[in-house]
Amino acid sequence: MTAHAEPLHAVGGHEEHHEIEIPYTVHARPDTGVYNGKLGIWLFLASEVMLFGALFSTLILLRTSAPTWPRGFEELNIPLATINTFNLIASSVTVVMAWANLRLGKLKRAKLFLGITLLCGFIFMGIKAVEYGTKFQHHHYPSTNNFFATYFVMTGLHGLHVLGGMVVFTYLLLTADKWYEKHRDQYTNRVEITGLYWHFVDLVWIFLFPTLYLL
Amino acid sequence: MPPKRQIRVGTQWMYARDAQRALEEAIRVSEDEQREHGHHVPFIRKYVFSTDHKWIGIQYAITALTFLLIGFSLMLLMRWQLAFPGRSMTEIPIIGSFLVKFLGQSNVPGGVMLPEFYNQLGAMHGTIMVFLAIVPLAVGAFGNYVVPLQIGAPDMAFPKLNMMSYWCYLPGGILMLSSFFFPGGAANSGWTSYPPLSIIATQGQTIWILGMVLLITSSLLGSVNFIVTIFQLRAKGLTFMRLPFFVWAQLVTSFLLLLAFPPLEAAAILQLMDRVAGTSFFLPSGLVISGTPLTNAGGGNPLLWQHLFWFLAHPEVYVLILPGMGIISEVIANNTRKPLWGYKSLVGAGVFLGFMSFVVWAHHMFMTGMGTVISAFFQTTTMIISIPSVIILTALIMSLWGASIRFTVPMLFALAFLPMFGIGGLTGLPLGLAAADIHLHDTYYVIGHFHYVVAPGTIFAMFAGIYYWFPKATGRQMNEKLGKIHFWLSLICINCVFMPMFYQGLAGVSRRLYDGGAQYAHAKPVIWSNLFISSAAWLLLVAQIPFIFNFFYSIFKGQRVGANHWQATTLEWAAATSPPLAHGNFAVAPVVYRGPYEYSVPGYEAADYLPQNVPDEPALPPATGGGMLGAAAVAQKES
Repeated sequence: MTAHAEPLHAVGGHEEHHEIEIPYTVHARPDTGVYNGKLGIWLFLASEVMLFGALFSTLILLRTSAPTWPRGFEELNIPLATINTFNLIASSVTVVMAWANLRLGKLKRAKLFLGITLLCGFIFMGIKAVEYGTKFQHHHYPSTNNFFATYFVMTGLHGLHVLGGMVVFTYLLLTADKWYEKHRDQYTNRVEITGLYWHFVDLVWIFLFPTLYLL
Repeated sequence: MPPKRQIRVGTQWMYARDAQRALEEAIRVSEDEQREHGHHVPFIRKYVFSTDHKWIGIQYAITALTFLLIGFSLMLLMRWQLAFPGRSMTEIPIIGSFLVKFLGQSNVPGGVMLPEFYNQLGAMHGTIMVFLAIVPLAVGAFGNYVVPLQIGAPDMAFPKLNMMSYWCYLPGGILMLSSFFFPGGAANSGWTSYPPLSIIATQGQTIWILGMVLLITSSLLGSVNFIVTIFQLRAKGLTFMRLPFFVWAQLVTSFLLLLAFPPLEAAAILQLMDRVAGTSFFLPSGLVISGTPLTNAGGGNPLLWQHLFWFLAHPEVYVLILPGMGIISEVIANNTRKPLWGYKSLVGAGVFLGFMSFVVWAHHMFMTGMGTVISAFFQTTTMIISIPSVIILTALIMSLWGASIRFTVPMLFALAFLPMFGIGGLTGLPLGLAAADIHLHDTYYVIGHFHYVVAPGTIFAMFAGIYYWFPKATGRQMNEKLGKIHFWLSLICINCVFMPMFYQGLAGVSRRLYDGGAQYAHAKPVIWSNLFISSAAWLLLVAQIPFIFNFFYSIFKGQRVGANHWQATTLEWAAATSPPLAHGNFAVAPVVYRGPYEYSVPGYEAADYLPQNVPDEPALPPATGGGMLGAAAVAQKES
């Protein structure tokens, strides 16, 4: 038969309970230079850009057409949001450190950095809860006006994204030992992909902070 | 010296046809071995929560066809009201009294359809047809089944995401349908859900939004999966310019779904907030409803919804048509037995179409008063986007030139697609010009226009695809005679449905009239055509009976056929007949040597097709002692 045809099992990942071997789940395809998951997460992030892009456009349109618009720095708590900004940036650094340590083979330190990242997530959500609580105390709800409507919708959706990242980090921490032992490259990839997502969530906040709080 | 017109397979020289047969035989043997030795996959993982792209494709196909029938039925109910405004449905022969009982006193008291129910039917017909029937059929079913096979992949890149995609789609669809049973019934603000109407509408609208969120999630998972699969899992030698046009169409479609749907998701979230949290993203200040001023804060902008909605919904139009064009290209190349005319222009036009579809959305909004400058911009982009569509259609028509056409059932549908899509496309031009749109906007002309694109256009392409790939999926052929009956009846009826709508629309009949224009003086001269259209629509249902029967009959009793029933060149035909589930697609990973449409290759007389995976015929060796050189060239090419 076609002597040059390589068998399917020559390339690809090694997930045991899935009998069909999908190529390039772990290692990059030479001509595209990425493995499947990495391309997948970049595409997903592209769609996320469109999601938040639509919301930012909404904010711009509503604000430019409104006769009066509350000033963010008068209504919202800038010190808390500043702390949160640095908190999220720090967590973006730690997730890179976790990935780098996995590449170096230092699982223990990687887990430490993953833990710090998760902690940053908790701090972010905690501060956000305090902010929301104060707003509700002052009877500021989404229905109050379009400023608060956009504030709650955009930070709320962003908060859901943070929460999603935290769930994944928890999963990665809990399965670290088992996965790292069995499928080291795949586990490292998972941390990398989650990290890319986390950077995006961070980036969205970096846009949200000035547009909602400072302007 | 190698024998003339033969190719080397391993160490042997043989004709391509024999090589193909030998390859098929080897694959069959290997499949049988796999069947015997492959371990048992539990029923629920094989047929319910399957991760195999072929089964997911079939799941999508059956679900989407069911929704297609449901969406069609809703319209048939509306057509009764339009043909006989205010007449009791109990007068419908045979099924009348049953129908009235089924629809209930709250919707059709005394057998007469309420306007509110008519609106629900209209909104849900659009929603079901676009989001639950055609897109899932074009992308979910054909994309899933055919794309991995055509690129020589063992499965999709993310099989579990693929499963999740289907299992978001099905609950989304069921949720949508269930909204008929909520107080106040289903969504009734049109498939476009324009505010402020949609925000003050009944409960059904909230369910519509939640259903949409599930469907958007499903399409997001699917589109990421398709793009990664096409980029990453192409077989060795399958470069981008060797991809079948169907794969290109699916790739562009996936990018449209990926990037156009999120803004609608954002808009859906905002509308949900307007409905449940009392915000006013889309509610302007000072709105008074039924004499009562609205208590919302106001300051919102109803046009914002239209922008966000059409930012999805215009690319969505190309999501509806591109996979159809892809299917038609495959069928035409196969049945004309010659390469597609202008493959490169087809690909270029497809990609350009994808880009342009993101900058034409506001041509749906000329009448909203958004301003002449913006209208002029979108009018220009709309005229530009017609160019790639014309290139694609021209290339497909030119492909027919000089061919000895095989009039198989898929080819009949493909041939009908060309003029039907042509009518749909050309009647769109006046709508794209702001001045002409003033007269035509929101009339039956618009309905005629986009239904020509989607119904005898895309749906005919879907039928072509079903007849064409049915032998691959089931190992059996659909009955040709029933297929031809289905085709001719459908073609005649569907034209009788949509052609008079241009006539009505030009007379100025609005598309949203509950009585079909009975109380409007200017509709008087054309109102007779309502009965004609309705009768044709009901006959169209009858015309689908041969198809439905044929579909199920052929699954079990159809004529058995070989792995490459149509003597086609693309890779899906190199896989076994009805490739077994949960075992990957190819016994050995295929290697691709040439472009997708090598039919009737000059100088090659063994067969009129050269499959993509059959090794290259060596260049005829030079007259002096070329034997060794020729063999070396082959060895080099294959390494």
